[in-house]
Amino acid sequence: MRRRVFALIAAGLSFAAMAAERPVAGVTPVAMELPIPQSMPLRMQRPIPPAALKQGSAFTSEANRALQADEFANPGMLWVTRGEKLWNEPAGSAGKSCAACHGDAAQSMKGAATRYPRIDPGAARLVNLSERINLCRERNQAAAPYQPESDELLGLSAFVTYQSRGLPMNVTIDPQNARDFERGRDRFYRRMGQMNLACAQCHDRNWDRTLLFEKISQGHPTGFPIYRQEWQTMGSLQRRLRACYSGLRAQMPEYGARELVELELFLAWRANGLPIEAPAVRR
Amino acid sequence: MVARIQVPKEAKRGELIAVRIAIQHPMETGFRFDHSGKPIPKNVVNTLTCSYGGVEIFRAEMGSGISANPYLQFYTRATASGELVFEWVDDAGERGSERVAITVTG
Ligand code: HEC
Ligand code: HEC
Repeated sequence: MRRRVFALIAAGLSFAAMAAERPVAGVTPVAMELPIPQSMPLRMQRPIPPAALKQGSAFTSEANRALQADEFANPGMLWVTRGEKLWNEPAGSAGKSCAACHGDAAQSMKGAATRYPRIDPGAARLVNLSERINLCRERNQAAAPYQPESDELLGLSAFVTYQSRGLPMNVTIDPQNARDFERGRDRFYRRMGQMNLACAQCHDRNWDRTLLFEKISQGHPTGFPIYRQEWQTMGSLQRRLRACYSGLRAQMPEYGARELVELELFLAWRANGLPIEAPAVRR
Repeated sequence: MVARIQVPKEAKRGELIAVRIAIQHPMETGFRFDHSGKPIPKNVVNTLTCSYGGVEIFRAEMGSGISANPYLQFYTRATASGELVFEWVDDAGERGSERVAITVTG
């Protein structure tokens, strides 16, 4: 009890409201563990049934949605344009552009983003789309990988993801990625940080409720990379996840941490069927 | 500097056309400090001009109050086929430019 009280005081007002959850029939009170069994079968029930899935933008203001829908004014499109330029520029000591191997992105990259994160056979590990792009930088262009959150990496990942706009998320869980998936799922349902909250408490149970001045969405990855007004720039899904960790006063994993990529896989599966809406605009 | 420009490819003589430009730029206000407490120098796109057929038709002088990645829109009358030339510069002296052709009929 003392620990919780301390956590709430230390955290100030921001997330304190969430500790007093809306009473939901069949849901255990806050101080106990979440009623999520640790070993669920792989083909477990989706936390949000496919018919109830809603895009992150559905929880934003009308003006925000209009900005996102405007193909010209959407500021994220500047990164798509930057990515398109990079796509066609030779780079690295191999002197090859992405286009030299992949040709027209509208064809070669269509649907690619809907399948990530996935196990990369060469790297023999789970990689997200940005990591996959950096693998091509290193292996195929013989160039240095881009830094996380650099305009170049965000640009290329926005450009590649844009080729899947409107296509439904479509990751498969198989014996190869099952361990990663389970770790991501466990993380999603485990309480963390001084706030002692789990991702699920906000994004499974309390979506559509207001936290301070923001509506909580279902926490889908389909809009990423996003342009966030608060950041005044583009950001990756990992940046957003780190922001949620920070809101919980939990230790933030580094960019590229396995924990984040595993979470990304769980989020992608949880959103299966929901169309990609990147580059999305957020408050 | 990456920019996106939207001008109709074709217009009728005398028609009012919308010109839209967005520039990727952090528009650093000069009021912020970095993690070690040092002020981050102001760096904004301070001037943007657009000329049409060699004549300046639009000029914007911007300061700290403009958000990152500024997006501007203005209207002009289509007078003759030609080029719209956009030029801009930031406080660090970095320049950008883009040209867009328009065909005017009638
Ligand atoms: C205290 C509530 C809370 C918790 C717990 C929380 N988040 Fe969030 N999260 C938010 C808020 C508020 C936003 C911003 C509004 C929105 O888009 O939902 C957000 C945004 C997101 C988004 C972006 C959605 C979009 O479409 O832009 C994702 C993805 C996300 N959270 C995932 C997570 C994950 C994974 C965890 C656990 C590590 C987590 N969140 C924990 C409150 C929370
Ligand atoms: C020398 C050829 C070559 C170059 C240059 C190259 N790639 Fe690749 N890329 C490949 C090959 C081959 C694959 C298939 C996976 C593998 O075996 O590595 C691939 C896979 C990919 C994938 C995964 C596609 C999917 O459907 O899973 C993405 C995304 C990608 N590349 C993006 C890029 C980008 C962006 C660049 C430029 C920065 C680039 N590639 C440069 C050869 C190249």
